[in-house]
Amino acid sequence: MNNSALVTSIAGVLAAAAPILFAVIGETISERAGVLNLSMNGMILLSAMGSFAVALATGSVVLGFLMGAAIGALVSLIVAFASLTLLQSQVAVGFVLALLCRDLSYFLGNPIMGKVGPRISQVPIPGLERIPILGTILFRQDVMTYFSFILIVAAWFFVFRTKPGLTLRGVGERPTAAYIRGANVNRLRYLYAAIGGAIAGLAGPIYSLSIKAGWKGTISGLDGIGWIVLSITIFGGWKPFRAAFGAYLFAFLQWLGLVLQPSLPSVPSQVLQVAPFPLMILTLLFVNIGNAEWVDRSLARLPENVRRDIARVLRAMNATPPAALGAPFEKE
Amino acid sequence: MRVELRGITKCFGSLRANDNISLSVPPSTIEGVLGENGAGKSTLMKILSGFYSPDSGDILLDGKKVKIDAPADAIRQGIGMLHQDPQDFPPLKVIDDFILGKKGGLLPNRKNAARDFRELSSRFDFSIDPETYVDSLTVGERQQLEILRLLWLGARILILDEPTTGISLPQKEKLFATLKKLASEGMTILFVSHKLEDVEALCSRATVLRQGKLIGSMEPPFDTRVLVEMMFGKEVPQEPKTQLQVGTTVLSVKHIDLDGIRIQIKGVNLQVRAGEVIGLAGMEGSGQTLFLSACAGLSQPVGGSFCLDEEEKEMTGRTYHEFRKKGVAYLPAARLEQALIPGLSLTEHFILSEGMRGFFIDRKKSEELAKSRISLFNIKGKPESTVESLSGGNQQRALLALMRDPLKLILVEHPTRGLDIESTIYIWGKLKERCARGTAIVFISSDLDEILKYSDRVLVFFAGKVTPPLDANTLSVERLGRLIGGKDWDTLGTEAAHA
Repeated sequence: MNNSALVTSIAGVLAAAAPILFAVIGETISERAGVLNLSMNGMILLSAMGSFAVALATGSVVLGFLMGAAIGALVSLIVAFASLTLLQSQVAVGFVLALLCRDLSYFLGNPIMGKVGPRISQVPIPGLERIPILGTILFRQDVMTYFSFILIVAAWFFVFRTKPGLTLRGVGERPTAAYIRGANVNRLRYLYAAIGGAIAGLAGPIYSLSIKAGWKGTISGLDGIGWIVLSITIFGGWKPFRAAFGAYLFAFLQWLGLVLQPSLPSVPSQVLQVAPFPLMILTLLFVNIGNAEWVDRSLARLPENVRRDIARVLRAMNATPPAALGAPFEKE
Repeated sequence: MRVELRGITKCFGSLRANDNISLSVPPSTIEGVLGENGAGKSTLMKILSGFYSPDSGDILLDGKKVKIDAPADAIRQGIGMLHQDPQDFPPLKVIDDFILGKKGGLLPNRKNAARDFRELSSRFDFSIDPETYVDSLTVGERQQLEILRLLWLGARILILDEPTTGISLPQKEKLFATLKKLASEGMTILFVSHKLEDVEALCSRATVLRQGKLIGSMEPPFDTRVLVEMMFGKEVPQEPKTQLQVGTTVLSVKHIDLDGIRIQIKGVNLQVRAGEVIGLAGMEGSGQTLFLSACAGLSQPVGGSFCLDEEEKEMTGRTYHEFRKKGVAYLPAARLEQALIPGLSLTEHFILSEGMRGFFIDRKKSEELAKSRISLFNIKGKPESTVESLSGGNQQRALLALMRDPLKLILVEHPTRGLDIESTIYIWGKLKERCARGTAIVFISSDLDEILKYSDRVLVFFAGKVTPPLDANTLSVERLGRLIGGKDWDTLGTEAAHA
């Protein structure tokens, strides 16, 4: 593979990771507040279909994207209402919604199957695009990919550098303590579930109005993305930069599958297509291995200096979820 | 600021937690609020701090009626509460925890906050690094952090709920000095406790609650006997210390090295003999818990060995399950989190711990078993009561009732933390009963009186260092306090009790 092909490929991986990034950051924000939105998979499909339908009908991609965000926010608010107000299990409600939204998108999307509609295109940034290599990688993308870069930094800044972000972390970590300090826990949880949902909902139109333009129903190839998004959220340790790394890693593995296909004709194509999924899960296992007791026990047998270093690496990789994730807030 | 509560009533279901309570506290006062567990002290304070809303009654500040519906209202009125379990955020940095909840602005001004934090710290002689994480602090330091935070928010009324449980003696002295200083500057302080000696040492008045009602108040000089009577309605008998009858060695600890996340311990030696009680003293986080959990196989030593029964059974590297099979029991301090199963009833706990045979549950038999244990251990609860509905004292009784019989060795973290005097005496009565039948006990406590009163020998922990076993009969409170604070360690070599 020559250099320019490699550069184009990297640019392609960044673009392919954009929807995953939006979804992962959205879920990260929602989970930081304590609301686990398991409906992600169906939500992405429904917002992909819905936003394409709106864009097709109105001819406006902007309205399409707004529709995607609205669907994401709405589905998340259903999860939030069921768990925060009706005190039902977030897992059960989210799971059912994941299935419902998926089937709904296939059913409602039938009339627009295979139609050609508007889509967003690449917008090279004048000047910057001519920087060798980096210009092609970073500055010849579509608008949403640019936004995805900004989103990583903005989400990190909000969560770790602002006061509302600090309160957000507190609400997901120890809602009672946050309440005692004057936070309106359930209102904030609704708010961040909606915001996180809206951000994640943009993943749908990024597919249907850009990367995989159009709506192709069951063969859209979007089914399953939402589940991997949930696992990347865990891989990312609820931190935006680490989550972004996870999204890029997954997009890279998918690209690798495509590239390796021609050079490995004996391997069935399905194997390489699904390989990124188990690989992601293996990475997840590796990242969280420091939690396991058997690891502690086997480490205890190693010499002291080696053990200390390994333990330090494991501890640094270890990520703990927001302590109150999925738990409703009640005053004792 | 003068605080007035008028006719406060609060019910939880059929329980009247607060029954028409009226109380008035003038500024510059440290008001002690006394009462045994479940007397309604915490409920009353949570009403004042906005955590609960009263069913009826009014709150007046400086004679003006105020509406406090949520903690946010209380903060605005200058009421700050230090909860029994510090309500902070363990995974955050100290400075972030300090800022969380402070109103105004989108971006926190870390620099100013850190400056204010340092200023306040130095005013009260606290030494907490604002850049460390909250979960690396001791309970006492977390309290100090909360107090600083409340002062920074502009609290003029400070409520402290059982602040002396779980902190060491030097930390307690520092806390009392701080409170006295604050009161002299005009702060109104409500000090909730069930510990008479703390209230007597600190407060300018004491008010006693019992079963949700206000019984009465007393000003210094306090008459302990009268206060006890007000708290319990009767005098509680104290059991005399019994003479130790030691038997054979049940656990020998040889040159044990331990390596915790924040602390290392080197070369501990100890022979625990049947029938004796060994107390582990020290500031929270000095290594006692690490050592005790290692004695049960709950954490693994880096060096040295553990043997049970006259060095016959080498137990190093074994799991707790294996220790348990050999007759060792471990009671953690977090009763509800680590020892009991919330959501399951007492009966179900007894079924699980007895390991009844067969696939089906024998309802009738297990109910009878639960009933007999409940009456035997004097647990206030029904067989079908879930464990989380019991008070702390009754949870601890249930834990004792769940322990197998006979046992060789019982390891207990803070056996009476958060319990009232009556439960404390009861729990120790039951533990000593076991000792009389040859069980050895090793326990951790931050209560010096408890250490000296119930132990035969004492190990003091300080920053990972451990004293040789000291004879509890010749050890004074003062000396123990100094050792816990890291003093007099150079004189230890010569006078260690026979190990």
